[in-house]
Amino acid sequence: MDQLMLDGNGVAGLLQEVFAVEMTTAVGTCAACSAVEPLGAVHVFRSAGVVLRCPHCDHVLAKIVKRGGQACVDLGGFRALATTARV
Amino acid sequence: MEGAALLGRLIWQLAQVVNVSPETPRVKTVVFDVPAWPGHRSGQHVDVRLTAEDGYQVERSYSIASAPNATHVELTVERLDDGEVSPYLTDELRPGDRIELRGPVGGYFVWEPGLRGPVLLVGGGSGIVPLMAMIRERAAADDDVDMRLVFSSRGWDDVIYRDELEHLAGNGLTVVHTLTRSQPAGWAGYARRVDAEMLAEVGPAAGDRPLIYVCGPTPFVESVATALVGLGHEAYRIKTERFGPTGG
Repeated sequence: MDQLMLDGNGVAGLLQEVFAVEMTTAVGTCAACSAVEPLGAVHVFRSAGVVLRCPHCDHVLAKIVKRGGQACVDLGGFRALATTARV
Repeated sequence: MEGAALLGRLIWQLAQVVNVSPETPRVKTVVFDVPAWPGHRSGQHVDVRLTAEDGYQVERSYSIASAPNATHVELTVERLDDGEVSPYLTDELRPGDRIELRGPVGGYFVWEPGLRGPVLLVGGGSGIVPLMAMIRERAAADDDVDMRLVFSSRGWDDVIYRDELEHLAGNGLTVVHTLTRSQPAGWAGYARRVDAEMLAEVGPAAGDRPLIYVCGPTPFVESVATALVGLGHEAYRIKTERFGPTGG
């Protein structure tokens, strides 16, 4: 399957499905280069799952795979992730 | 409304097609009646889900084209020949058909009246769609903020919303077209890809600290954002939205 590059805006629905809040305005800190970006601005590659990458250093920030109605989420590439939506 | 739009579980709901109309040879606008629509902000998306008879499902995200005050939800869709979803939306849907939608989603790439201007919108091809929601909302709200659109299309017949943009221009809205592949006879406008020189001519200058929204294919967005930073615009005031070449 082709990898499709877009950005966090294009997976706003998936992110909200997983986190139950609006996440494109959430701010993530890359664990590799310490760049800080809203999730709407990070690069997203879509194939069997969704991979979020740092737009500055290409470090993998997060992986999300949905299977059988469940979501498996790896957030290991973030040093920090702060939501801005009221929780 | 903000709470309803930001919080809570997303629910798929059936939306009924009200109308399908062509914008260009490759682009159509589909108008939906969504019974429990909570309202949206200009620039937000909806997810569309199609289910095949064997249960195979595919989801895609589309920018909402209509302004928040519109009575229906409009999506403007470019037909991608190898896409899984867009050919169905542009070729198969008829008034009365129902498909699954959820949303609105997103909150990063949004604009609303009352935000301090000026505003610069830069769109490539169907990247105009979320920008058009902003232009329509500005017009509906009688907001006279200085808003400038630089819109890159292949040719004059590929210009999405061409007549409506012409009608809305003025009263603080500037519309600048560039036609990258073919130009009609006598064309006096830009005829090249968006570059730093063009952005400097259209303005606003970096010193005026415009809010900037850039939407289009990934290479378009990268090159426009780089040019804007080179002109001295602050990176955090440049919001981008990109879509891949094989979106579907």
